[in-house]
Amino acid sequence: MSADVAPARAGSLPIADGAIGTVPGTIAQAITLSRYQLRDYLRSRRFVLMIAIVVAVGTILTTLVAYYRPVGLIDNANNLYGSLWGGGAAFLILFAGIIFGGDAIAGEFQNKTGYFLMGLPLRRVTVYAGKYLAVLVASVVSILLFLAIVVGNAVFYLGVGAVGDLGQLFESFALALLYLLALMGFVFLFSSMFKTSLYAVLVVAVLFLFGFSIIQSVVLALTGTEPWFLLSYVNQIIAYPLTGVPEHVARATIGRATITNYAPTYFEGIAVMLGYFFLTTIGGLLLFEREEFT
Amino acid sequence: MTPSLEAVGLTKRFNSFTALDHLNLKVEGSKCVGFLGPNGAGKTTTLKMFTDLIFPSEGESFINGISVQQDRKRALAVCGDLIETPEIYPSLTPREALEMSGALRGMRPEEIRSRSAAVLEEVKMTEWTDQKVGRFSKGMKQRVNIAAALLSDPEVVILDEPSTGLDPRGMAEVRSIVRGLKKGHRLIFMSSHILSEVVDVCDDVALLDRGKLLFADTLANVSQRLGGNTRSVEAEFAAPVEDSVLANEIGSLPEVASWSRADARRVTLQVKGGPAEQARLLRQLASLSMGLISFRESRSALEEVYLREISVGDA
Repeated sequence: MSADVAPARAGSLPIADGAIGTVPGTIAQAITLSRYQLRDYLRSRRFVLMIAIVVAVGTILTTLVAYYRPVGLIDNANNLYGSLWGGGAAFLILFAGIIFGGDAIAGEFQNKTGYFLMGLPLRRVTVYAGKYLAVLVASVVSILLFLAIVVGNAVFYLGVGAVGDLGQLFESFALALLYLLALMGFVFLFSSMFKTSLYAVLVVAVLFLFGFSIIQSVVLALTGTEPWFLLSYVNQIIAYPLTGVPEHVARATIGRATITNYAPTYFEGIAVMLGYFFLTTIGGLLLFEREEFT
Repeated sequence: MTPSLEAVGLTKRFNSFTALDHLNLKVEGSKCVGFLGPNGAGKTTTLKMFTDLIFPSEGESFINGISVQQDRKRALAVCGDLIETPEIYPSLTPREALEMSGALRGMRPEEIRSRSAAVLEEVKMTEWTDQKVGRFSKGMKQRVNIAAALLSDPEVVILDEPSTGLDPRGMAEVRSIVRGLKKGHRLIFMSSHILSEVVDVCDDVALLDRGKLLFADTLANVSQRLGGNTRSVEAEFAAPVEDSVLANEIGSLPEVASWSRADARRVTLQVKGGPAEQARLLRQLASLSMGLISFRESRSALEEVYLREISVGDA
């Protein structure tokens, strides 16, 4: 043993023999990690909570349709899908993102599970990607359950023939997935920012449930410009394949006042969601790379 | 390749507080090195930089010559570690946690199965193999963590106070596990503030205080560090020992450098020399027919050096 000042190193040496196995690549490790993380999610109370929320929302919508049996809704597959799926998907995606992703990174610090993972020969990006994948799959499982409830309603009112109209529903589902990716990037950014899960969850929940709505109203009222940069605004495009694309700018005159309403275009919606996805995902990863397990 | 750990100018500052100050230390070979120091000395900080949990303000750490800061994946591939008391995903069972750990390390499924069974048996967790970790006590979780650290039969093992959270039996078992690890071609670097644990299992020691390395040496050499080669011995008698007897008959023995009274029946003697002198003193005390009922070192050589070095740092 020596306690002297050692000479400077000239690069790394090869891995010594002795360790069992050859460490897999980053992608293979991320998939492995996501499998076990997903297993943890699917057995957890949070998954039961998420399923309960999906079932509750599905039950409420099903009951309303069954009670009022609105004409134009129960005799048209796209209208029915548009109302049920379009109405509930964005809301449920928000909950899934928060419930599964809110503490995804913050929890590694707060619950000390990171000490178990980060002692293993893997890069931080592996942990980030593995958890991202697990949250994505757990969220998609929840959303698919809601989709099944929606399709079940359609089959009940319109018969098995309603299933033939699934194409537009799948388009809408694809947009919902894009929204989920963007939202998860946002959630992971805040989860990486805080070492306390509660803060991460609260910030995202407050922003999406109240903050963005307030910003949207303020932007419209003060500047009269389109709030195209808000994720909570562009998520309207999820319903477009079912309901059709509304007018981008609609002006209505009431008395002497003119009210302007905006609806995002497909391009805006997809571009903003992709932007959120890439920027927030990379931002969150950079934060996680620099965070210390003190 | 000889397993090694090396810190080169390793420094960690938290704002204005320097937790570790230019640590230069190289340990290599198949042995167990005890990393000692009082609370706040910088032991865990050092180990966290060896495992890339925190980043150095200056300097670098190496495992088997590979920079942890530059290539953590390759550096940690040969290393099993246990830092603080990690938590495992609560819904997983020990079997699943070890499966995950093994798969991430690139072990084959059959290797994972056989090694999992072996390490879980070693940490006495076989009957809990398929129970969810979330229901375990802190001590049980620590056993699973130790199993995970040993799963890949690593060349370098870094343990941060591994007996934390364990009951006395568990602590003894951890010592036994570490002793068992020494049989392989393996370097064990273990922080602890339990000196008896270090004396029991370690070959070398490194002492850290206030972020600075005070010394790093073999346990055998540590004994030589004792000034005048004296040891503290405590002798206990069946009846109270009178001051005159203590001063004239015990204190005057050639092996006794100085004495002090612990209580009426117990005296602490500073003994000149090593085991031979201690044995001679024991025979002489017994021959005094004062009812000697126990005779043992009151502190180990390591404890003597530890307390002396730390108190020098305080002064």
